[in-house]
Amino acid sequence: MSANHDVRHYPGAGLMTTVFFLWLYAPIVVVIWFSFNENRLVSVWSGFSTKWYTAALANDALMDALRVSLTVAGIATVISTTVALCAAMVLSRNSDLRFAKLSETVVNLPLLLPEIVVAVATLILFSQLEFTNGLLRLIVAHSAFCTPFAFLPIRARLQGMSADYEEAAQDLYATPFTAFRRVTLPLIMPGVFAGAMLAFVISMDDFITSNMLATGGTTTLPVYIFSLIKRGTTPELNAISTLLIVASLVIATLALALSARAMRRA
Amino acid sequence: MRRGFRFWGLVPAWVLMLGTLLIPLMIVAIVSVAQRGAYGGFEWAFTLEPYRQILFSVGWTDELEFDPKYLFVIGRTLVLAGATTLICMMLALPVAYVIATRTPRMKTVLIYLVTLPFWVSMIVRVYAWLIILGNDGFVGRIWHALGGQGTLLFTPGAMLVGMVYSYIPLMVLPVFAAIEKLDPALLEAGGDLYASRWTTARRVILPLTWPGLAAGSILVFVPALGTVLEPMLLGGGKQMMMGTLIQTQFGSARNWPFGAAIALVLMVMVVIVLVLNARRAMRKEARS
Repeated sequence: MSANHDVRHYPGAGLMTTVFFLWLYAPIVVVIWFSFNENRLVSVWSGFSTKWYTAALANDALMDALRVSLTVAGIATVISTTVALCAAMVLSRNSDLRFAKLSETVVNLPLLLPEIVVAVATLILFSQLEFTNGLLRLIVAHSAFCTPFAFLPIRARLQGMSADYEEAAQDLYATPFTAFRRVTLPLIMPGVFAGAMLAFVISMDDFITSNMLATGGTTTLPVYIFSLIKRGTTPELNAISTLLIVASLVIATLALALSARAMRRA
Repeated sequence: MRRGFRFWGLVPAWVLMLGTLLIPLMIVAIVSVAQRGAYGGFEWAFTLEPYRQILFSVGWTDELEFDPKYLFVIGRTLVLAGATTLICMMLALPVAYVIATRTPRMKTVLIYLVTLPFWVSMIVRVYAWLIILGNDGFVGRIWHALGGQGTLLFTPGAMLVGMVYSYIPLMVLPVFAAIEKLDPALLEAGGDLYASRWTTARRVILPLTWPGLAAGSILVFVPALGTVLEPMLLGGGKQMMMGTLIQTQFGSARNWPFGAAIALVLMVMVVIVLVLNARRAMRKEARS
């Protein structure tokens, strides 16, 4: 049967898919492209230049925002990955547990609720408790919404792994903690790394919650980018955005590759 | 595993989610019936004022006048989130179908390419459309060359483009998963019975990918209801949606109880969608 008569072939679908992928990447390419534009005007191309990157790196406000973002993302990643790892261990090894299903839903809750509602809810609670340290506010809130992103790859890895190894270790008189540290943890490490990296990216990229909870002096990178957009688009803004795009894409790619490889091996 | 850990392992997750989600959401419900504070915030006194404000405004002589201003915001939110979901479905079906018919290696690459933009910060993705649709932007210039008037920005159309762009990976993935499970023999059987391609698409592919489309619709519709950045930047603040309305009440407008009331209405809408979806999933489980 030739392709034209094959019922599985849909004329136009291939072209549409090509256009779809062009559309998907056009915005990212546009931002990166114009970050190397020599012209002051964002969308008038007049030659290649890296001067906006030099300007960005010399920008103190940007560096402060970057420092805040990295601090929050770093600590939130450690907290959310630890929380997710504990929860995933319990839920993967005790399917008979009461509230197992409920607990799993609770861990994934940040994925189900609109972020803006959770952000204002947290703001109300924090202000009632007079919890005013901006950095700590961000760390607590970010830890919560990063948890499901850390949880899912760890959970997938644990589900793909038989419990036999741990049981063998325990038969050899390893304490449960030793069995976890020496047997289970090394085996699920790719999943843990993948989860941690996704949590890091999600925290680095967050705008809505950070914008709601930030106090003076705790502007994160996306909140700073927003304040620049409000002032009008500049090539420097494109350079800053490009740096964030590249960081996100590299970390996300590493995480996805790691969890895909772990899945194939399992 | 030790019995102790079976309990303690889940404690951090519960504490974190109770402290940052469940308890705060209960407080939102309380604040939505509290009095507005003189300098922002709120005071502990019961009133239905915030909900009254959604439907009625107070006239010159203290009489209540029906004012659909905020109903329009709720309506716009539902229409735009619904339209986003429909457009995502129509885009995802052919794209997921084409991806699913590639070689295994190509499938992995294409699915990776679909998910990748999702990890780019939302603010950067929306900003990119601000450049593209702007008067000096690529699409903006084509629009003017074709004789278009005014600007493409600050319209519902611009918001829709941004929303579809933001949420499309969440539709393609479940639809792809559903199409991949499809038995190609069924499509051939359709052809053998003299069904045209489109009849096969309508009568075989569509019904069998329905679970994927339903799952994708939830994943797109729910965050689209609470979207903030598209109306704020691409809608230029004139095209309010519920997300931006909540944001303003806690920001410049300093009316926390009213913001909490809108947030609660949004939550109820989301919960209705999730419950309907859970019931559908349960019915399906009961049937099989």
